[in-house]
Amino acid sequence: MPKPNRNRGPVRKPKDTQKTVKRLMKYIGREKWLLAGVIIFVIISAVASVGTSVFLQPLIDDMFSNISGKQFSLSLFRPVIKYLWFMLMVFLFGVIASYGKAKCAVFLTARTLKTLRKDLFDSVADLPISFYDSRPNGEIMSRFTNDVESLRMFLSQGLSQLISSAITITGSFILMIYYGKWLTVIVVAMVIVMVFLTKKLGEKSAYFFKRQQKELGTVNGYIEEIIEGQKVVKVFNHEQEVKDHFNEINEDLRKASTGANTFASILMPIMNNLTHINYAITAFFGAVIAIKGFFGVTMTAGALVAFLQYSRNFSMPITQVSQQFNNAIMAIAGAERIFEYIDEKPETDDGYVTLVNATQKDGELTECKEHTGTWAWKHIHSADGSITYQKLEGKVEFEGVTFSYDGKKTVLNDISLYAKPGQKIAFVGSTGAGKTTITNLINRFYEINEGKIRYDSINIQKIKKDDLRRSLGMVLQDTHLFTGTIEDNIRYGNLDATHEQVVEAAKLANAHEFICTLPDGYNTVLSGDGSNLSQGQRQLLSIARAAVADPPVLILDEATSSIDTRTEKLIEQGMDKLMAGRTVFVIAHRLSTVRNANAIMVLEHGRIIERGDHDDLIAQKGRYYQLYTGQFELS
Amino acid sequence: MFKLLKYAKKYRIYAFICPLLMIGEVIFELLLPQVMAQIVNIIDPANIAQANLDEIFRLGLRMLIYAFCSLFCGSVAARLAAVAGMGFGAELRSALIERVQSFSFSNIDRFSTASLITRMTTDVTTVQNSFLMLIRSVFRAPIQLVSALVICISISKRVSRVFSVVLPLIIIVLAIGGPIAIKRFRRMLKKFDKFNASIQENLTNIRVVKSFVRTDYEKEKFNYSNEDLTKASIHAEKIMILGEPLLMLAMYITILAIVIVSAKAITLLEISVGDFTAVFSYVMQILMGFLFTIAMIAQLFLSEASAKRIQEVLNENSDIVDPENPVEEVKDGSVEFKNVSFAYGKGKNILKNASFKINSGEMVGIMGTTGSSKSSLVQLIPRLYDASEGEVLVGGLNVKNYSLLSLRNAVSMVLQKNVLFSGTIADNLRWGNGDATDEELVEACEIADAHSFVSAFPDGYNTDLGQGGVNVSGGQKQRLCIARAILKKPKILILDDSTSAVDTATDAKIRAGLRNSIPDTTKIIIAQRISSISDCDKIIIMDNGKINDIGTHGELLERNEIYRDIYNAQQKGSDDFDEIGGEQ
Repeated sequence: MPKPNRNRGPVRKPKDTQKTVKRLMKYIGREKWLLAGVIIFVIISAVASVGTSVFLQPLIDDMFSNISGKQFSLSLFRPVIKYLWFMLMVFLFGVIASYGKAKCAVFLTARTLKTLRKDLFDSVADLPISFYDSRPNGEIMSRFTNDVESLRMFLSQGLSQLISSAITITGSFILMIYYGKWLTVIVVAMVIVMVFLTKKLGEKSAYFFKRQQKELGTVNGYIEEIIEGQKVVKVFNHEQEVKDHFNEINEDLRKASTGANTFASILMPIMNNLTHINYAITAFFGAVIAIKGFFGVTMTAGALVAFLQYSRNFSMPITQVSQQFNNAIMAIAGAERIFEYIDEKPETDDGYVTLVNATQKDGELTECKEHTGTWAWKHIHSADGSITYQKLEGKVEFEGVTFSYDGKKTVLNDISLYAKPGQKIAFVGSTGAGKTTITNLINRFYEINEGKIRYDSINIQKIKKDDLRRSLGMVLQDTHLFTGTIEDNIRYGNLDATHEQVVEAAKLANAHEFICTLPDGYNTVLSGDGSNLSQGQRQLLSIARAAVADPPVLILDEATSSIDTRTEKLIEQGMDKLMAGRTVFVIAHRLSTVRNANAIMVLEHGRIIERGDHDDLIAQKGRYYQLYTGQFELS
Repeated sequence: MFKLLKYAKKYRIYAFICPLLMIGEVIFELLLPQVMAQIVNIIDPANIAQANLDEIFRLGLRMLIYAFCSLFCGSVAARLAAVAGMGFGAELRSALIERVQSFSFSNIDRFSTASLITRMTTDVTTVQNSFLMLIRSVFRAPIQLVSALVICISISKRVSRVFSVVLPLIIIVLAIGGPIAIKRFRRMLKKFDKFNASIQENLTNIRVVKSFVRTDYEKEKFNYSNEDLTKASIHAEKIMILGEPLLMLAMYITILAIVIVSAKAITLLEISVGDFTAVFSYVMQILMGFLFTIAMIAQLFLSEASAKRIQEVLNENSDIVDPENPVEEVKDGSVEFKNVSFAYGKGKNILKNASFKINSGEMVGIMGTTGSSKSSLVQLIPRLYDASEGEVLVGGLNVKNYSLLSLRNAVSMVLQKNVLFSGTIADNLRWGNGDATDEELVEACEIADAHSFVSAFPDGYNTDLGQGGVNVSGGQKQRLCIARAILKKPKILILDDSTSAVDTATDAKIRAGLRNSIPDTTKIIIAQRISSISDCDKIIIMDNGKINDIGTHGELLERNEIYRDIYNAQQKGSDDFDEIGGEQ
């Protein structure tokens, strides 16, 4: 299985920005009060900060003219006291607004992301298996992590910064025009240069950043691979080669990250000083205009002082905006990728036949709530609304089934087979012969292209998928367990199972014995796919999990790992007990399973090339005979 | 952290010059507002009548020069910092890999794979970033703080007293808030890990989820952890968002305090309007300089844990090293154990008093239940571990007398948990012998019965294996690993359960290949299947860390109960007949 991508991928550009933004706004809009809160508080704090600079100077002037040189006494403060109060109020407003803004943004971000994650998961969980086949887990994970993270960065900071910068820039711009139209032209020209520079630097930095991420991935991947194989390195005396190779890629990483880091931190001094340069140039031209006039343009000294102040306010946030702009693009690209998954078509289900528990009396089936060991197919006829019940027997037929995963390469070709209730059907064949595919078609992980599969004579497309799958127990070769206790894991087969039923299932699967030797017994917590258990023990648990579901039909992908003989015996016995009295499809790896099967299908290249019971096939002296006597090797 | 600084040696010039340039940048940054103030003074409506354009031009030019100087200092410093910081990180990684390559198996066991990887990746990044910050801010922030403070004090001592109240207050707030924030963030990160793990689990187990019809159940589980994560992140952010308003509050309080305190100074004519205004513009610089200084110290503290973990690896000494005058030549492939006991670390002896002798060129099988110390036994032969008691002899000489290189070149081992590396099949095989010709590769693969499937790949020996050899089945992987070991042309070849995933027929072919093609090599085979070892010259039966019996198949079948039990359990009919790992 591919590893999840631990590094952020390259910076992607969104494909349809407008559409994505609209849709994203809908998500943000769900919390409209919080959004309104952010905007209002941003405006208040902008006003407060303007207020601070506007009122501070008069306060100072007033104070000086009133009190300088006089005898110090409290009464001197009386004229200024109203200013002081006013200032205090403005300050407090500023502080409260800044807090309010941040708080609204936190809740807005957290709630929006929560909804988004939920929608994403709900959608992904409903997607068909083919979706999971076509992408590595890491890629799906990265929508939950990287893409959501880039949205978080933007929503929590970028949004309010963009709003406040926009207010400051617009406000200053209007005031600048008011005080000096022609001078504004100079400032705007300078700002255009700054924006251009930011963009160029940003591109350069993105290039190095991408390279850095790539090299970092290489280095980290190599470290992981070598450390995991460190013992092999030792056995082969390969230490020097490892060091040499590592030093090469380490050097590549050093170069790339030095570049990335340089451009990232060089931006600040450049922007700051461009602002200063801008100031100097504007001041000089302003002074020329104010003192001498310039082609008829004049300006008062007071206006120039004000203008200079506003031109600083104007150019300062430009840097911020251009940085936020990058974040915004990344966030939109992330949102787009998330929406892409939300829009994926879920697994369709047109089935209407459902599976119910039933009791049988004198051949009459009655539906009931509790588990009775008897099941019935419930048909609701759409024509007249009448309901009929049909007993579940476990008969499965394939009729001329042809299947291809990609529509190009045929994996199964004209497969027909018939399993009577309680029969055991074994599939034998090489990797890629189509054994697992057949079992995946019975439970409709994939849809067949041609032919029919019938379950108790019902076309399985008419059975509701959930009910179809509920009637089929699966034990897969790669056992997958969940984080949680052993009991939780067994109960996964039947959420309503009592503790007694869980223990009973574990006993049936021969798992009870080893569970009891664990310090916490059934309450032992498994973590990381049950990595604290041996392969054999995990297998036993997965058998118990299928046993507690007590399904009428079983699909087994027999496991043959290098488990010691004793455990293998236990698994075999557990499987045998589980199979008793059920229709079983088994992908066989052991001769003993095959020998007592009612029918053995030998598959090759998606076709059944031989069928019959063990004795028939041995007598035929065909491929099965070769396999059995070890003359032919499966690969 | 400071102990690690020696790894920045190569870049010390950069690391020294960078802070000096930073000082330059700070100085110009402090000078610039003064020039601006002068410009404003000249064009002040009150003074504009006497204004002189030359004067303004001169000031403007001065400002330009300062800005360019500041730009120069800042940019060059940024570049130097990047070179030094990233170079330091690279040196650290290099030192770590160097050190880890010298580790013995028990060193590796002590750290565990996952923790070594974290130390070499995440921890290095943390320390590297701290170093970067250190050289960039070590002078910058304190100088910004100190020089702004000095200017304020020079303007008015009385007014500057305000800072002696405000700054300690900030420290108190940070001392209270900081740890709370860190605690909450750690909790959030933990929740985040859990959240990711649960999605990951859902993805890997998707077939189980779907076949048990548990989609809704999983959705509910997800909602739970989603809610949990949301709560934890709000909880953590709530503290963080106090930062900005608090800083504003501190600034405003300082300004108001200055206004009030300076009233006295104004009445005494100690301070002018211009100076008074200047003090205000330094308030922000003082506060920022102060905060950056604290942040730098905090970062150093936080990275201390990572630095310590790196230090641990760098300080770990390999416990298996070459002897002083090593023997470079292994005479033959004989092996002898004399009363050997072995324990992992300080644990219990898991191999007890083992003695036996294998002649050069023999084929020897080892059997026993899981946990009977078969692997531990054979790992002593190439000195992957050292015996705790007794002597292990190879070619008639104690293994401790050989140089590790020559011993391990003579003893080739296919480990139970074997790995292939990314690269082509040929690349992987050449691990056994870097100079092997294509013919030699084919030859080794034929012995290991790997040639047929390798040549069936469209790219043959140039097939790319992907990370961890994901593109071949379990049985194929095992055969490649055997071929790789054969390429070393060893005197002793050890297969530790190396054919568990190949079918019996192939297993037999491999054994026949080994017997016929490398008859002089001693072959030691650990196996689960009787058929894998029944034709060996000797079979060693292990039970519970002890050697239970040694004999041929026939002898053991007659007299040894354990062997007979296994034999009966594996009688024809319960054998596998295809290989695992190939099935998806």
